[in-house]
Amino acid sequence: MFFEEKGYLEVETPFRIPAPAPEAQIDAIPSDGWFLQTSPELCMKRLLAAGYPRIFQICRCWRAGERGTRHLSEFTMLEWYRAQADYRVLMDETEELVRAAAGVDSISYRGTRIDLSLPWERITVRDAFQRYTDTTAEAALAAGTFDELMVEEIEPRLGIGRPTFIHDYPASCSALARLKSDDPSVAERFELYLGGLEIANAFSELIDPVEQRARFEAEAAQRARDGKHGYPMPEKFLAALAEMPEAAGIALGLDRLVMVLLDAQSIDEVVAFTTEEL
Amino acid sequence: MYTAADLRKGLKITIDNEPYIITHFDFAKPGKGQALYRTKLKNMITGSTLDRTYRSGETFEPANLEDRVMQYLYKEDDHYCFMDNTTFEQIHISEDAMGDAKNYLIDNLQVDVLLFREKAIGVDVPNFVNLRVVQTDPWVKGDTSGSDSKPATVETGYVLRVPPFIEEGELITIDTRTGEYSTRVKG
Repeated sequence: MFFEEKGYLEVETPFRIPAPAPEAQIDAIPSDGWFLQTSPELCMKRLLAAGYPRIFQICRCWRAGERGTRHLSEFTMLEWYRAQADYRVLMDETEELVRAAAGVDSISYRGTRIDLSLPWERITVRDAFQRYTDTTAEAALAAGTFDELMVEEIEPRLGIGRPTFIHDYPASCSALARLKSDDPSVAERFELYLGGLEIANAFSELIDPVEQRARFEAEAAQRARDGKHGYPMPEKFLAALAEMPEAAGIALGLDRLVMVLLDAQSIDEVVAFTTEEL
Repeated sequence: MYTAADLRKGLKITIDNEPYIITHFDFAKPGKGQALYRTKLKNMITGSTLDRTYRSGETFEPANLEDRVMQYLYKEDDHYCFMDNTTFEQIHISEDAMGDAKNYLIDNLQVDVLLFREKAIGVDVPNFVNLRVVQTDPWVKGDTSGSDSKPATVETGYVLRVPPFIEEGELITIDTRTGEYSTRVKG
């Protein structure tokens, strides 16, 4: 209903694909020579390129080796893409969606209240490092401590009291996002946090096929350096990118959203069966 | 060797040549970032704890701990001597590693010895042991102090509180988990 009222079309794309996006830190599970999708992103962008301006999908995704209190190797993603929009439009839409899903103005999660009334906090990655760490995002990237500081110092402080959008990530952390025109050191990408838990990741889409190929090659080279298996280059996606309109897209972890709304301590509590129970 | 992907609660690994057990474990992964394995670790010798975050690709040496049933033989200086009942091998354990177990050692007592790299790091005695009282003041009839316990020394030299009716020479049962008097052994 939420999406239909906004003119979105529900779509289905194949779960099993020959060439996932070659991202350095996301590992796909092989399936009979192809791969289980880590996200429906590439197929959904091909639909944008084919002329569907607003599309959404709820589907299963798989990521190898991801298991913890907030991760399941098989999980449910809600993705939506909107042509002629940028990431700020999606921040507004995400606020609307989460407020509609909650149906109340405030929720309790892990012993604290989260006030869902607007406005939600919006903070850049640069400001978050300044506020919550002793270093800068640039220095942390150079020192190789960016991810640790994010996980240990920053994430636990996001979305406390009210939801937080953390945005404008360093360009190197955003393989498929458009760079900011007035500051190309950062990408137009955001994540949404509630109670320290990452709920969604979104960006203004990169639509330059030459730039996208170069970024994929850099990610593939990083995978090779890390001793990870490679993926075929997603040529049909790159070909379609030339036809894709300006757009923004978002991936929202539906299990995570349910966790927050139901005050679940572990993702295990919101699925019928975990991997270990099969 | 374990890799970071093998880490889980309860796993025992070696860090700086000492055995640690993982007491808390979680997997973390910032957005498009790398996988991080967050652990709380407890040193199995000293009991001290550590918070450590590992990345994929890191490797760990398992801490192979061996549990052996052994028999207490005697004390020599500040060491205690035990014998493996099947191999008849004898080992010495320092007073520090013994912990509270030393309060309950009587000849031939069977204990569980935890070994790391051939070195004893802990001794588990049975939950209940019977020890003879070698010294305690007699119960004075008509004592109106209202005291419901008195000190007593048992054959190992350990001193604990016992009920007033316990007399020298009696056998009592001690709960080794609390170090407290449990009951009198009749007969």
